Amino acid sequence: MDNIAGRKPALGWAVNLSVVFIVALWLFPTIGLLVSSFRTADQIASSGWWKAFFPTQQTEQFRTSDPDETRIETETGVFVVEGSIYGDAGGPEVSTWGVSSRDVDAFVPGGTADMGDGESLTLMADGSYTWTGDEDQISGRGQRMFVTAEIPPEFTLRNYDSMIFGGGNDNISKAFFNTLTVTIPATIIPILFAAFAAYALAWMDFPGRALLIAFIVALLVVPLQLALIPLLKLHLSIGIGKGYLGVWLAHTGFGLPLAIYLLRNYMAGLPRDIIENARVDGATEFQIFTRIILPLSFPALASFAIFQFLWTWNDLLVAIVFLVDSTGETTVMTRHIVELLGTRGGNWEVLATAAFVSMAVPLAVFFLMQRYLVRGLLAGSVK
Amino acid sequence: MHPALQAVLTVGIGVSSAIAYFYLANMVLDKVLFPARGVHAGRNINRANMIRPWVFLFPALFALCLYLAYPVVETIRLSVTDRVPGGYEWAGANNYLALTQDPKFWEALRNNFFWLLVVPALSTAFGLIIAQLTDRLKWGNIAKSLIFMPMAISFVGASVIFKLIYDYRPAGEEQIGILNAAYLALGGAEPQAWLTIPGLNNFLLMLVLIWIQTGFAMVILSAALRGIPEETIEAAIVDGANPFQIFFKIKVPQIMPTIMVVWTTITIVVLKIFDIVFAMTNGQWGTQVLANYMYDKLFRSNDWGMGSAAAMVIMLLVFPILVWNVRQARKEMR
Repeated sequence: MDNIAGRKPALGWAVNLSVVFIVALWLFPTIGLLVSSFRTADQIASSGWWKAFFPTQQTEQFRTSDPDETRIETETGVFVVEGSIYGDAGGPEVSTWGVSSRDVDAFVPGGTADMGDGESLTLMADGSYTWTGDEDQISGRGQRMFVTAEIPPEFTLRNYDSMIFGGGNDNISKAFFNTLTVTIPATIIPILFAAFAAYALAWMDFPGRALLIAFIVALLVVPLQLALIPLLKLHLSIGIGKGYLGVWLAHTGFGLPLAIYLLRNYMAGLPRDIIENARVDGATEFQIFTRIILPLSFPALASFAIFQFLWTWNDLLVAIVFLVDSTGETTVMTRHIVELLGTRGGNWEVLATAAFVSMAVPLAVFFLMQRYLVRGLLAGSVK
Repeated sequence: MHPALQAVLTVGIGVSSAIAYFYLANMVLDKVLFPARGVHAGRNINRANMIRPWVFLFPALFALCLYLAYPVVETIRLSVTDRVPGGYEWAGANNYLALTQDPKFWEALRNNFFWLLVVPALSTAFGLIIAQLTDRLKWGNIAKSLIFMPMAISFVGASVIFKLIYDYRPAGEEQIGILNAAYLALGGAEPQAWLTIPGLNNFLLMLVLIWIQTGFAMVILSAALRGIPEETIEAAIVDGANPFQIFFKIKVPQIMPTIMVVWTTITIVVLKIFDIVFAMTNGQWGTQVLANYMYDKLFRSNDWGMGSAAAMVIMLLVFPILVWNVRQARKEMR
């Protein structure tokens, strides 16, 4: 539509703007959670994440230090208490202040509150105050002050620190390594089986080949829900039970149809000359496969590996049926997060951080290997 | 043994035994059973080549049959039996009849039906629109990559993301869910607990899947749009078609087969949808779907008969797509 857009610049602008809008809309949910994962529990509970980038007005109550201990008597019989509301630590700049809860922003910094009969209080922008009056007035408890200050936006890594390194039930490190333990064998093993089968289906002639391919296409869409009980029964009866071996085998079985289908389509498209020349030169089928077909099929192998990795990493159902037992020792991240959703439903700092720890690896894989992912999708779908 | 070590070991054993199997099986075939020498050299080579495909196929076929084909048969069997102490008892159609009498099942079926109507249609439509808009854009690839990103996020992660959007706090408290904040800002009287509102909550759950699947639809449709022959579009421009006519009357009809593929692929995802409902509402407040219903029956009420019957209902719904896919594949191979 180049030339049309060129003829109508207004349309080009509209297209650009609407794409910006759509991209923003699509990113918005993820950014919300990401921002929340860098805020403290108090911040999350007290304001929406979209306000996190703007300074907030916060009113707090302070008292001057105990007059009976810190007051100083001047020569004129006036008593004075001096100090800072922030102590030595310092704090945000005071924007307004007051001495009554009904009028918290009565004064500007540097102004003086007259509390009658000569008693007065002065508060500076940096939080230092001077409280003066006679002996009776400057006694008892410290004088109350209501100080409004602008808190600059603040982000913290504490959530990640406590989720990854902290103790307690929320810690996600164990689940992270369990997920990794599930994922790696479940990605590598099916590739080998599938590659040999795909080669046979693509380049060997034998009766029943077309039927087998149809069988695999059919298995592509069989819902894995059907496999849960029969396979769990099988695993229990042959002694695998619930555990890593079971989940690896299950993922291998469920991943095979797509693996064979993708690899066969790709291998069938390899140039016939190369393979026939090799056959003429006396190479065995095994040599042809390992020396020629496998290296040439690298893009398809990579595509499937990414699919299978993302799928096994993000999977919940297979893991909770075949792996996670009541001890919780073998919990995976998706399961861990679902549990947190139940027990820590309102603790968004925990949930957001856990979710992002679990997303970090797949997102990295996604952005680094997107080329192969797209290629695999196209090979599997465009007909 | 530490699981990580076990994993490394499994990869090692798995990979080396697979290689050993293929290598040794080939050697046995070529050197021992049918050696390519002596009087019958020619015949032996032919015989070895007839058996070899099955050697290559055997491990994969075995796994496929055990992990996908056998469970289908076994599920059929379980769905017509009842588990009794010590074994199984023929139950005929009882489990299926029990399903039809469970209002939760009808709710799940009805919801799955709505999911089927809404999610594939909207995901495909959004995907198509975005593919078209980004087609000739300079930064189109970056835009597409960002919209495609949710594809890498797990359903559970996406559920957490959207739960924050739908978050509800009682009236008077600061709303931290943007939906409620926006609702109040636009003049809504009271903050709403969105996920508990029957009808609407289903749609809110569907949004999560649409958000994920649109990127998939976009990537595939965008490739299909690129594949349209330039001449057809140029001819339409010469004939004075406006951009909308070109899109709807020239481009869309040409990529219709791809649109169908995207549609059916998302349909299959929708039929099996489980994680989102499990994580966000667990089927409460009228949001039950078939896969979660089945999970409930299998693992919470431990009723294998009804659970398997529910699984068969999912299989039945997938079946037309299965047949269509197989026919497409066979057509292609000819």
